[in-house]
Amino acid sequence: MSGIIMPQPDSTILARAAQIVAALREVLPEDTVISDGNETRAYECDALTAYRCPPLAVVLPRSTAEVAAAMRVCSDMGVPVVPRGAGTSLAGGALPTADCVVIGTARLRDVLEIDTDNRFMRVQTGVTNLSVSEVLAPHGFFYAPDPSSQLACTIAGNIAMNSGGAHCLKYGVTTNNLMGATVVLTSGEIVEFGGPQAGAAGLDLLGLLCGSEGQLGIVTEAVLRILPRPEGARPVLIGFDSAEVAGECVARIIRSGVLPVAIEYMDEPCLRAVENFAKAGYPDCPAVLIVEVEGSPDEIAVQIAHIREIADALNPVEFRESRNADDALAIWKGRKSAFGAMGRLGDYICLDGTVPVGQLPHTLRRIGELSKEHGLEVANVFHAGDGNMHPLILFNANEPGQLERAEAFGADILRLCVEVGGCLTGEHGVGIEKRDLMTAQYDPDDLAIQMEVKDVFDPAWLLNPAKVFPLESSARYRQRAAE
Amino acid sequence: MTTIIDQLAPADEAELSEILTAASGDRQPLRILGGGTRTETAHIAGTPLDVSAISGVVTYEPGEMTLIARAGTPLPEIEAMLEAEGQSLAFEPPDLRGVLGGRGIPTIGGAIAANASGPRRIRTGACRDHLLGLRFVDGPGRILRNGGRVMKNVTGLDLSRLLCGSHGTLGVLTEVAIKTLPHAQARATLGFHGIDELRALGIFSKALATPYEVSGAAFLDGTAWLRIEGLPPQVEYRQQRLLEMFGAHDIQTLDGAATRELWRGLRDVAHFAGDLPLWRILVKPTDAAAIVARLHDLGGQVSLDWGGGLIWYCGPGEASSLRQIAPHATLVRRGGVPGPAFPPEAPAITRLSQELRRRFDPAGILNPGLMDS
Ligand SMILES: Cc1cc2nc3c(=O)[nH]c(=O)nc-3n(C[C@H](O)[C@H](O)[C@H](O)COP(=O)(O)OP(=O)(O)OC[C@H]3O[C@@H](n4cnc5c(N)ncnc54)[C@H](O)[C@@H]3O)c2cc1C
Repeated sequence: MSGIIMPQPDSTILARAAQIVAALREVLPEDTVISDGNETRAYECDALTAYRCPPLAVVLPRSTAEVAAAMRVCSDMGVPVVPRGAGTSLAGGALPTADCVVIGTARLRDVLEIDTDNRFMRVQTGVTNLSVSEVLAPHGFFYAPDPSSQLACTIAGNIAMNSGGAHCLKYGVTTNNLMGATVVLTSGEIVEFGGPQAGAAGLDLLGLLCGSEGQLGIVTEAVLRILPRPEGARPVLIGFDSAEVAGECVARIIRSGVLPVAIEYMDEPCLRAVENFAKAGYPDCPAVLIVEVEGSPDEIAVQIAHIREIADALNPVEFRESRNADDALAIWKGRKSAFGAMGRLGDYICLDGTVPVGQLPHTLRRIGELSKEHGLEVANVFHAGDGNMHPLILFNANEPGQLERAEAFGADILRLCVEVGGCLTGEHGVGIEKRDLMTAQYDPDDLAIQMEVKDVFDPAWLLNPAKVFPLESSARYRQRAAE
Repeated sequence: MTTIIDQLAPADEAELSEILTAASGDRQPLRILGGGTRTETAHIAGTPLDVSAISGVVTYEPGEMTLIARAGTPLPEIEAMLEAEGQSLAFEPPDLRGVLGGRGIPTIGGAIAANASGPRRIRTGACRDHLLGLRFVDGPGRILRNGGRVMKNVTGLDLSRLLCGSHGTLGVLTEVAIKTLPHAQARATLGFHGIDELRALGIFSKALATPYEVSGAAFLDGTAWLRIEGLPPQVEYRQQRLLEMFGAHDIQTLDGAATRELWRGLRDVAHFAGDLPLWRILVKPTDAAAIVARLHDLGGQVSLDWGGGLIWYCGPGEASSLRQIAPHATLVRRGGVPGPAFPPEAPAITRLSQELRRRFDPAGILNPGLMDS
């Protein structure tokens, strides 16, 4: 284990492990409860793999009612619960504790309803993000948020993290595409928030639940807004000889009135790695933008002409259009292989912070300086249109002390994001990774009111403990809950 | 605090905080006024708290599509400033002065507090979808922040969404950060005359299933209207395709100027000015036809927005009969109808909402009873 501390497991719970498992078995079907040490090990971490801890037991329910039954047992017996989707969180959001029961969505995989007349679908939340779009395709519809992890990640995890993707610039993140949720509260009560009608008149509790990182309840079903598929999409690639000019180009495109679906940015270290790995044939220059627009062929042509005019005024090294689907794939190839390419260079941690778009050049320059100070390489590949940065810090996990150095470098970058007017996390969530940095963005009172909200939903502080809120900040609440 | 005071008007956030601390201590209820355009709050007990002096744009960055303004900033001022940069508030906050008989000037804080969203909701989302972050003061006077000024932000619990649409019952907004969008360079409207709601709903669901990004779908007085927006050639293309698709109808087309005019009226529900009871009803669009038929039986008039997802009903009817027809019905203008204005919610949601209010406003001084709880 490294820098981030987790509280000691509750020994009184560990001592009751057998009773807890038996109580779960009593209310759930035979194969739903996993307590064998070899099997629970599969759930010991998420994509923040430096932190691991097998749970006391894992429950994989098939229905909302089974989730509620499991939740009730845990509540009655005072056992912490860690909700889990596919375990692709990069923030340690799904990291278990030794004294917890993991409630996973792996078997909640049904698509319950597709209603194109009212433009929504209802799913169990264990379905993967990609499969949602796949079942919609024959209907001519799609679900907009598209995290790069979409092959594996679940709608449950997307809702808990308010996940985004490359297409967010135009279509928004999960909260903008979520219409309703069925939630199991810690009491075991099943509650529906929102629904297929547009909005609700009372407090926006659905908005509060989205992005709550499993702190408020377990989401078992969701009503998702679905959109008709665009007629087509085309990327262009624009190379610049400085990060500043690339940043300026992003701002000018946004101001111009063309709203691209995506504007992605890659810097020199990233371009170099990608070139070596994927041979994408990108220009050899300090900064590349990939801008994608949508519509009919004519509409695409008009938008690209606009973008070309903006870019030309800034003397790009290259402006590459895609004339057909193959060209388009070639342009996306390098971007899509960026994480793989970086992986070839060694271990890395992937950060996620957001800065105002106008601060991109300054932030990139400061990251370069910090890289020298910490003696670790960093590459940048990110969603530029909304300032959502993903610096990748390279290190060698086998060399003692390097992970800690990388983490310290990462913390400096995230503090920098906050300093320039941005935030600690744009789409990956706080989890344990950024828990202790929360005080950099929020004053004690700002955190207190959030913890009071948690207290309303989860008075015993059983859900996803020791995440999101710094331990010292939450100590008072956890203590009161324990009494 | 003395009880002689008949109006409180803090000059800034710090003063507001002091007032709230004192009022909480005295358990003195307050009625929060932004621009004072919502006369429907007049029945709320409490000393008027006029926050319109907490005003002014803090920053506006068109290249970042971000505006930060103090809550009391007049909406017209913001709209003019954005207009000059070719941008706008894409959620088209309705101006309900005509409908509510208010005389004040609407403020950005009031729009956020009410989650005021116009016809473009079907395309670009509601007011709450354009909110990036906010500052507010809670009942006991704590000055609090949530969210930020950037487009993507998942740091901690999303209280911004919670406060948006809370009508001042959780805190008094002092500053909001919102996303602005470049406004469309061109726009046009297609009008289908001489049809009823059922046929209108059929047109809406067909049009909204196309990729032509229909940004308004409303029905009024026997006419269904579809709005399209974008770059000029885009609008031309989309209009053409929709005309082909609905070839069997006799379709009127409106140009940009006429489009603006029409949708401003639809947005503000100008057609239902007056003093009869006015209801705002949220439904699943395909349920709208049956609901509308029953509303007609009550004897009032109906218009549709959001592709049928929003029904405006103006006319007679007891609250209980309205809610029997459609549970998500909010009484926007009382017109003498007694009872709760907000629709009832599931017991668990009511319990959670009340418990949240107790955390944000333990003394129960912020617009008590405005949301009927
Ligand atoms: C290679 C890679 C690329 C990625 N790219 C992106 C990207 O482009 N955009 C992006 O936003 N993220 C991205 N991520 C992060 C991650 O995929 C997302 O956070 C995702 O939404 C997590 O989904 P999951 O099903 O894996 O959830 P998990 O990792 O299992 O859980 C995530 C959080 O959700 C909670 N949770 C899970 N299920 C429930 C439930 N039923 N009810 C309540 N809470 C629950 C967990 O407790 C945890 O806090 C990426 C990750 C990887 C590894």
